[in-house]
Amino acid sequence: MIITPYQSRFREGSYRFTDLLHAEWTKFRTVRGWIIGVVVGALVVAAFAFVTGQQGSCNVSACTGPLGPGGEQVSDSFYFVHQPLTGNGSITARVTSLTGQVPTLTQGPGMRPGLVPWAKAGIIIKASTTPGSAYAAMMVTGSHGVRMQDDFTQDVAGLPGAVSATTPRWLRLTRSGDTVTGYDSADGTHWTRVDTVTLAGLPSTAQVGLFATSPGFLQTSLGEASASGGPSTATGVFDKIDLTWSGGSWAGTDVGGGGGGPTPGFTQTASTFSITGSGDIAPSVSSSGGVTIAETLVGTFAGLIVLVVVGAMFMTAEYRRRLIATTLIAAPRRGHVLAAKAVVTGVVSFVAGLVGAGLAVLLGQRVLRDDGVYLFPADALTQVRVIVGTAAVLALSAVIALAIGVILRRGVGAVAAAVVVIVLPYLLTVTAPILPIGLNDWLLRVTPTSAFAVQQTLIQYPQVDNTYSASYGYYPLSPWAGLAVLCAWTALALGLAAYLLRRRDA
Amino acid sequence: MIEVSELRKRFGPVLALDGMSFTVEPGQVTGLVGPNGAGKSTTMRVILGLDAPDAGTALIGGQPYRSLRRPLTHVGALLDAAALQPSRSARNHLLWLAHSQGLTAKRVDEVVGLSGLETAVRRKAGGYSLGMRQRLGIAAALLGDPPVLMLDEPFNGMDPEGIIWMREFLRSLAAEGRAVMVSSHLMGELQDTADHVIVVGRGRVIADASVTELIARVSGGQVLVRTTMLDRAMRVLNGAGAQVAATGPNTLAVTGARPDQVTTLLSRNAVHFSEVSAHRATLEDAYMDLTRDAVEFRAGLSEHVR
Repeated sequence: MIITPYQSRFREGSYRFTDLLHAEWTKFRTVRGWIIGVVVGALVVAAFAFVTGQQGSCNVSACTGPLGPGGEQVSDSFYFVHQPLTGNGSITARVTSLTGQVPTLTQGPGMRPGLVPWAKAGIIIKASTTPGSAYAAMMVTGSHGVRMQDDFTQDVAGLPGAVSATTPRWLRLTRSGDTVTGYDSADGTHWTRVDTVTLAGLPSTAQVGLFATSPGFLQTSLGEASASGGPSTATGVFDKIDLTWSGGSWAGTDVGGGGGGPTPGFTQTASTFSITGSGDIAPSVSSSGGVTIAETLVGTFAGLIVLVVVGAMFMTAEYRRRLIATTLIAAPRRGHVLAAKAVVTGVVSFVAGLVGAGLAVLLGQRVLRDDGVYLFPADALTQVRVIVGTAAVLALSAVIALAIGVILRRGVGAVAAAVVVIVLPYLLTVTAPILPIGLNDWLLRVTPTSAFAVQQTLIQYPQVDNTYSASYGYYPLSPWAGLAVLCAWTALALGLAAYLLRRRDA
Repeated sequence: MIEVSELRKRFGPVLALDGMSFTVEPGQVTGLVGPNGAGKSTTMRVILGLDAPDAGTALIGGQPYRSLRRPLTHVGALLDAAALQPSRSARNHLLWLAHSQGLTAKRVDEVVGLSGLETAVRRKAGGYSLGMRQRLGIAAALLGDPPVLMLDEPFNGMDPEGIIWMREFLRSLAAEGRAVMVSSHLMGELQDTADHVIVVGRGRVIADASVTELIARVSGGQVLVRTTMLDRAMRVLNGAGAQVAATGPNTLAVTGARPDQVTTLLSRNAVHFSEVSAHRATLEDAYMDLTRDAVEFRAGLSEHVR
């Protein structure tokens, strides 16, 4: 008997990866629990924006501080002894002393002698006495030597070392049109140019003179678990003041209302000025009484846990139900199966993240403002980066969980492992920072938590002392570098998963 | 066509496959029979590329499974009917499988009709009885309209009506020219289904023959004689060239002569007998006979392990 072997009616079709994608998407969407999980994940991210627990008084009194020439939030408070300069000119002064007062803190209220590292005293050319106006200044500092700074964000180092009667510092500023050049000297004879800067729109009549200010005292111990501080003051002593124009009389102004330190003002004895000020001339940082839009995204880690569970289950349910055999019979190219599952998990989680983070950022800002909390300004592009970046963090985390699901083949184990790898470092470094700062920074550079840097909207300025830590919204890596670390983890997990999936019996 | 050649596979201390070799031809139902642990499922898993053999090859139409592009259009398999996501409906289970092969929902509806699941297909698979799961598994195996079907214990959990349906269905699939391979640990299940039987034990093939051949081999043309004249009957039959053995005080087992020849011989020589009958072996007898060693070996081993 001759038998004609049967021919399938569907034999002509060729293999397409998109068929696998389609199949995995069908698998995902037909288990109601997973769809619910994704929706819950998105809602959790959004919901936390409504319960930030933040309360402020900005809806009662105005909180918007001054904006610098660049549009950024700034601190601009100092004691200013000044007179007008019309047209070009130059001011020279010698600083012979910089001393100060800091809060006693542990010994109760009161002040003790002390100087914060960025206490400042020096000479300044400023568009006006209005806070936030353009300026260029030469100054001595508490422990960073001579600096030239302008328009809040720029900072250039001059002579190093502390100032004293035996090591005085000579400072000079020369205005020529829009440009100001700063010089320093140890002896008043040999001068060094520090920098030349352009102050756009500097009016022809500017306020020129001497200033002193001192930013808040900050003391941290045990990592950053306990931080304490208070206002400080600095007193600079000036003499040998030399103006290239026929100067008028000096006026004293406590620009910006001061920084809260006691007794700002100045005294003049013959040609010696002693000026005491409190505050700072610097860009605003997180400790200056506001929150960032990242505050609306505190639900990210909760939503992440939910999506990690969904990502892990999407894989481990196949092992638990022994469906993995059916899957691999239908698609013997195991690497492609893993890729299709990762794409579906990633895209679904990304969309959930976009919706959740989008709602959180857009609505959460309104909630915070209604509660009187001051929000640092963030432009539209930054907001988009924060939302998209957060969605990417959620998507990559879910894919890592999926890959761990392949590696461990157990739902509970995979979820636990993914939480340990992704969420635990977050809790240790951001939510409850109890580790030494060095270890904290290291964790935020190498663990998947690095990727939370995409939520940073503040800029870290070396010329401003602050707790630049994740719990205050500062990460050691740039947003995209942080995300790249998470991408590397994802690639590593997927690579190991693909290797094991190919090598092991199903 | 399935070609299995010298498969070897060890799971830790257990040698699951020990030189398994056979061929499954198109146009017939081939039964793969053996006691539990004989290597039936492992053989199927190796054929389907799920387990990698330590040695040997398994080919489907001349190709290893993992190189098949749309594999469900080459082979339809039912390995584990209980392997389902319980919260997913049966139809959606078939739908994702169809999508993985570039097939549409239309084909899903066709196989649902073929397997007789129309009324239950939208229900969650978790609520299915084992018999319904077997039908769902058959539907899944048929999605790609494959020329080769491999079913592991498809009769498990089926009610008598389902078993009859399954037998008919498998025979009709083979009649279309498909190669149908069915495993079972009960030879009786295959008696009216399989055309060809491969008996396996201890990871290798013990017998590979058509069903009729196998039965004939075991029964060996034995004829049973019941007589009170035992000695005389033995002399007569021996004299005629048959082999005779006494199996009781008045029973004889005769080989080398047909029942009608025995009757004639005994009558002609005036030997009284109360019964002459052909001993009819069943497939079950054949199977028990062939696998006795394997079963005893396993019993002994588990005894030893304990």
